[in-house]
Amino acid sequence: MTRSVRALAAIAALALSLGASAQEEIRIGVIYPLTGAAASTGIELKNAAQLAADLINGTDKSLGLSLAGAGGLPGLKGAKIKLIFADHQGNPQVGATEAERLIAEHKVAALQGAYFSTVTTTASQVAERNGVPFLNADSSSPALTQRGFKWFFRTTPHDELFVQNAFEFLRDLQKKKGIAQPRRIAIFAENTEFGTGAAKLQERYAKENGYEIVEKVLYPPKGTQLTSEVQKLKASRPDIVMQSSYLGDAILSMKTYKDLGFLPTALLANDAGFNDSEFLKTMGKDGNFVISREVWALDLGVKKPVIAKANALLQARHGVNFNGNSARAFTGVFALADAINRAGSTKPEAIQKALQATNIPGADLIMPWGGIQFDATGQNTKGAGIIVQVQDGKYATVWPFDLASRDVIWPMPSWDKR
Amino acid sequence: MTVELLLQTLLSGILFGLVYALVAIGLTLIFGVMDIVNFAHGEFLMFGMYAAFWAFALWGLDPIVTLPLTTLLLFAVGVAVYRLVIRRITDAPMLSQIFATFGLMIFFRGLAQYLWKPDFRSVDHTIVAGKVAFAGLQFGLPQVVAAGGAVLTTAAVWAFLRFTRLGAALEATAADKEAAALMGIDAQKMFALAWGIGAACAGVAGALLATYYPIFPEVGSTFILVAFVLVALGGFGSVVGAFWAGILVGIVEVMGGFLWDPAYKMVLVLSLYLIVVWFRPQGLMGKA
Repeated sequence: MTRSVRALAAIAALALSLGASAQEEIRIGVIYPLTGAAASTGIELKNAAQLAADLINGTDKSLGLSLAGAGGLPGLKGAKIKLIFADHQGNPQVGATEAERLIAEHKVAALQGAYFSTVTTTASQVAERNGVPFLNADSSSPALTQRGFKWFFRTTPHDELFVQNAFEFLRDLQKKKGIAQPRRIAIFAENTEFGTGAAKLQERYAKENGYEIVEKVLYPPKGTQLTSEVQKLKASRPDIVMQSSYLGDAILSMKTYKDLGFLPTALLANDAGFNDSEFLKTMGKDGNFVISREVWALDLGVKKPVIAKANALLQARHGVNFNGNSARAFTGVFALADAINRAGSTKPEAIQKALQATNIPGADLIMPWGGIQFDATGQNTKGAGIIVQVQDGKYATVWPFDLASRDVIWPMPSWDKR
Repeated sequence: MTVELLLQTLLSGILFGLVYALVAIGLTLIFGVMDIVNFAHGEFLMFGMYAAFWAFALWGLDPIVTLPLTTLLLFAVGVAVYRLVIRRITDAPMLSQIFATFGLMIFFRGLAQYLWKPDFRSVDHTIVAGKVAFAGLQFGLPQVVAAGGAVLTTAAVWAFLRFTRLGAALEATAADKEAAALMGIDAQKMFALAWGIGAACAGVAGALLATYYPIFPEVGSTFILVAFVLVALGGFGSVVGAFWAGILVGIVEVMGGFLWDPAYKMVLVLSLYLIVVWFRPQGLMGKA
């Protein structure tokens, strides 16, 4: 008898302590590709997200973002944010299963993820079905915010804006730099959600702007070689290649370009693999002169000091610079924290409401954006893109011209003259 | 212009196919001798690449220079894997064998990611850097060297099986384990040898690939599917079959992707596989 009473008491104590600890931390599930071909990108995203959470939980206010150094969320009596990471391996099914597990097992207040547009699609479906807010900081497929979801919020601009930017950039080049108008565009993209979506938009905008699409090659990712793809591009003799690739394919395609002696006037990349720190490390000087759309660049720190400061923190901890991907993951955690803080609760409905009312000014971000404010589809309407070019092994902002730190180099110098 | 492009594409396909073949002959050898499918074979390739990479990164040694060492190292890895794991499952049900090598695959990948991080690495300058250009065609020298190395290695393995007593003993064990044992051949030794040589072939492939291919923990997975196709296509256990199948698949993949749609290049490869297996279940060179 006494033993069972004691056991009951122990269970009750345990339950109480669990309840108490649940009050002190806000669990956010974060799903990224931590293994698989994109693992190195995934780890960067994870590190950036964790840095954001630690800054909010810590007391160092020197960064100057409003929640950084708050010592936890003031709206929830200083409750700390705990990120629970899950690995989707670049696989949409695994992404959905992990979202399910984070919700059921860890009772997360919200989810963030998942970099790959395909995985974001499935993981956010799970969140939608369970009524849990899903914040997407880094997937650019336009379709994601055209699904009529109520629980889906995206801080990054999507590919439609990026593609518009690319054509504005080309127009500006002709107008202000007197570069002869290129006519022939070849589209080269991986054939999952991200690449096919971007390719469709590029095709549409190219036609509207009077360009000719001379070739469109969609390739399956995770192949061993891209020889036939590159030969097809070469045969079409394009002025500009517009390319959407993840890291492994970005590296493989560049090596194949060089081996087969293929060189367009310009390579306009669609972020992703081309903007991964590993890309530059692996390619060395062969990575130079690639032009890419971006949402972030280190040299913006000259005009926006908070960027340089945040970068110094990441450097101190992991020895790497921020890039467009990791800066967005970092920003995603801040956007979620801001909403949960204003909600003053970890109830999904309260967080959803707070997200809908989000209005973060641009000065409070490490992005060159006007701010964060979601429209009815959950899309941030104040995002903006920039265009960078790899020069001397670094990404330099080259457009818009008023933010540019370097002049664009056009056309690309040939492989043997570098 | 078009003829050049076609010729270039065809030859690129053959060059790549030869490397496929080199990965596959190790796999087919192990399968032929032991009837065990080694799912971790791609990871042997990955270890070979990393061995070449680290020798380069730490001591500045070229992958081509360290190739003999990489080969020996992988031979040792193959024998160790046999002695520690495979020996215990030689007579186990097929499902256990599949789980064992599949488990090894996941373990090795995880280990590589833990030890060496998931980063993409590459050997940024090698003695085989450069280009081979003739008649308007051009190829990376590393690719040409890798293909040449693949041909030599395949020939060496073939000659070993064909002309040496040890090779004959290996073939005998593959043909009939019991009968070979009655003739005084130590099956355990032969099995260990098959694993050693099989892994060493992957090691050679890894060292050669390291001169031009990015190196990362999952790199084996991209090659292994094709290697399985080659083993079945060439005939289970047939080294020569895997070699010709490699060239064939290389051509079909690259030419098919170029002439048709790259999105379907693997459809062509796998259709070829299905057709061959349908009409000739023993593969192109396998014995019925």
